[in-house]
Amino acid sequence: MSAMPLNETPAIEGTPMRIGIDVGGTNTDAVYMDGNGVVAMTKTATTEDVTGGIVAALRDLDRSPGVDMSQVKAVMIGTTHFTNALVEARRLAPTAAIRLGLPATAALPPFTDWPEHLVTAMSGRPYLCHGGVEFDGRAISPLDEDEIRKAAQDMKSNGARSVAISSVFSPVSADDEIRAAEIVRSEVPDVMVSLSHEIGRIGLLERENATIINAALRELAPTILDSLAETVRAAGISGRLYLSQNDGTLMDVDFARRYPVATFASGPTNSMRGAAFLSGLADCAVVDVGGTTADVGILVKNFPREAGTEVSVAGIRTNFRMPDVISIGLGGGSIVRQDGSDGSALTIGPDSVGYRLRQEALVFGGDTLTATDVAVAAGIADVGDHGKVAHLSTELVDEARATAARMASDVVDRMRTSEDPIPVVAVGGGSFLVPDEFDVASQVYRPDHYAVANAIGAAIAQVGGEVDRVFPVEPGQRDEVVARAKEEARERAVAAGADPGTVDIIDVDEVPIAYLPGNATRIRVKAVGDLVLEG
Amino acid sequence: MSWTLTAADLPDLARGATLLGTGGGGDPYIGRLLVASALGNGGGITMLDPDDPDDVADDALVIPTAMMGAPTIMLEKISHGREPILALRTLEDRLGEKAQATMPIECGGINSMMPLFTAAMAGLPCVDADGMGRAFPELQMETFYVYGVSSCPMSIAASDGSTIVIDTGMDAHQMEWISRGVTIRLGGASHIADYPMRGSEVKRTAIPRTISLGLRLGRCIRVAREQHRNPFEALRQELRETLYTYGVELFRGKVADVARRTEGGFVRGDVTLRGFDNDDVCEISFQNENLICRVNGTTRALVPDLISVLDVDTGEPITTEGLKFGQRVVVFAISTPASMRSPQALEIFGPQAFGLTEEFIPVEQRNPDTIPSPA
Repeated sequence: MSAMPLNETPAIEGTPMRIGIDVGGTNTDAVYMDGNGVVAMTKTATTEDVTGGIVAALRDLDRSPGVDMSQVKAVMIGTTHFTNALVEARRLAPTAAIRLGLPATAALPPFTDWPEHLVTAMSGRPYLCHGGVEFDGRAISPLDEDEIRKAAQDMKSNGARSVAISSVFSPVSADDEIRAAEIVRSEVPDVMVSLSHEIGRIGLLERENATIINAALRELAPTILDSLAETVRAAGISGRLYLSQNDGTLMDVDFARRYPVATFASGPTNSMRGAAFLSGLADCAVVDVGGTTADVGILVKNFPREAGTEVSVAGIRTNFRMPDVISIGLGGGSIVRQDGSDGSALTIGPDSVGYRLRQEALVFGGDTLTATDVAVAAGIADVGDHGKVAHLSTELVDEARATAARMASDVVDRMRTSEDPIPVVAVGGGSFLVPDEFDVASQVYRPDHYAVANAIGAAIAQVGGEVDRVFPVEPGQRDEVVARAKEEARERAVAAGADPGTVDIIDVDEVPIAYLPGNATRIRVKAVGDLVLEG
Repeated sequence: MSWTLTAADLPDLARGATLLGTGGGGDPYIGRLLVASALGNGGGITMLDPDDPDDVADDALVIPTAMMGAPTIMLEKISHGREPILALRTLEDRLGEKAQATMPIECGGINSMMPLFTAAMAGLPCVDADGMGRAFPELQMETFYVYGVSSCPMSIAASDGSTIVIDTGMDAHQMEWISRGVTIRLGGASHIADYPMRGSEVKRTAIPRTISLGLRLGRCIRVAREQHRNPFEALRQELRETLYTYGVELFRGKVADVARRTEGGFVRGDVTLRGFDNDDVCEISFQNENLICRVNGTTRALVPDLISVLDVDTGEPITTEGLKFGQRVVVFAISTPASMRSPQALEIFGPQAFGLTEEFIPVEQRNPDTIPSPA
């Protein structure tokens, strides 16, 4: 174990102070950071309105020694406000979806394969219009401006206040989406417009779905963001407000107003990045053990490896940038069973006593044998009444620890990206279940402050830019094409607020596409850099 | 006897079709949505048994329908919806005769779904059979062609309503070459109707009941998972009751490397897997579909036998596109029916057709110890 104590990092004179806040399902965590050092931290209960928990967290921080709210230059918040609104189908704007692609795509109009109640909740209205391009940028059909005007008038008369515009292969050419947006705005001046090429990747339905979700959240966005900004101001902070995105980068409030969907699933990402930061590692596995599950992800150059597959959100298929995380049923509250009759192996989980740990676990006077009880008996955890687990046999305790170790090891093994052992950072309340040594781990780190790793992840986040397109790659031209894509990603990162001198390419992915001439290749490049913070 | 396929069957069929896609064939997801939308709320598709003369008369005209092109394109430039009927009607006009049923040319991947879409849109029944018995990359790789059915005339329809008829006589290779070029001009994906044939020819040349096979295998994996049974053992048992007979677990391990490259418009590559608790190494080479599987240097299965990679825990089939380092998988081979292994068949879609030099030996002969003796 060689966790890097936070206080060893000297505070840099004049370094802007920042606050990171992460709103989780159970807790709202916050940290006050001075450069790379944590000055104060707090954990409060998440409230139903979300904002209440943030107010309480800021109040806690303000009362801590060494905290001066007037010195805070930036507040980074990872919030579940928008995800909750979609899942609960509350306060969604009446939303139209205009797709440009006719005569193609008519077979599956917008809102195909959606849960009916969500379509109803946003009064979803699909429109199919001409436009869009082929994979190589040729027009499928010319944009029909009258057709778009009619659609705009129709959606207006039906009360739509927000619109998602998608067009076929817009990641290759977005011209039609941009022109259609101009037309819609001129017909319906106060309508909110979301464009698919700014939100998703190749895969029309998935990209369009994410765009529609974004559109439906646009009306709610100013209310929530103004309320967050007001909360921050009321706490005596004059610094800027940023929101965490699902890929581990930040967006400012203006961007968040237009792209609220980008806040989805920022929690796991923040937690992983915070854990890595605390341990000082850029490439590692993070094992976050809670009460019910262990979530394991991989950090590559400080960012979570992304899931390659489609992700379903509230029953809607999307292709969001989500971290690749595997959850297994191993946590402090996991139920330990010995199926004794045939001498078969001991099992842990997947079920857990969950939040009832303090009533049901043996050490707390309950009658369920949990992973926490085993850990207390083994002397690796110190909670409750040790006497209540004194009767557990050494064999049982050893076997349970070995089982937990094997479970953790298996999932790290499944996630690692090469045959070499990988450093493992163990965080979370149940992280005592992760053994100090196991075969696939080169070393196991247990950083301090692990309980607020997610808030730290929010506070240290950078800003990014991404390119994802199909490029024709002629023989001998590969390097040039990739270089062009990288440059474009860099430019996007700078446009998002990154300090140009710090921008780094963190991911390049090339996938050749079958059955197409000219070696068509889908290239994805991601760049990130440090946020420019005015001192 | 005929049976009815409903929207409720589609998820299981998609899973089974991915397994029969043997690593390729394209994600059936979009196809599944197309069929579901064509069926609307209720209704079903009449599936005909090719061996039942009450279902498919000897003189009945059957016109298979399919999509050709890049699966990635199909995910972005989705069909208009009229193309299958347009392709079908164009071929009917050329032949001067109406089809009495459609049929798949390929039961693996997205093309398991496309004839069902045609059937639902045209109100036609669909023959429960196909000409590949799995997924293959090219249109001449059909038992129809192997056993003397002409692939032509063929028709192509695009979302803009354009139609093309190609007639290269008996030369299916030339038909494949030209239609591939046309499809690229049409944006990289198109709907086709080809291999028009009589009921007697279906009986003689098609691999029978392969849509039911996909449905059975997809259901078998799901049910095994729901009942916490070993999905691979369940598949092995299920296969014993089909024309495909043998399911063989070739390897269990982790994906250690996936190398891909494009050659001549195809994605070729190699997957390397390592055993969980041993030094065993498994290598799979693919050209869209998996072609050959070697374990510790010894060939264990070879095209046209099926080589599929499935998730070790869930039994969910994984396409080569979806393979990632670290996945824990089982490599599962399925023996093909005799008509796919004849010398004529092997000439068209055996190892040599893919540039491999090894001789085809059936998977059950290569792995005799994995086949339980008859009870």
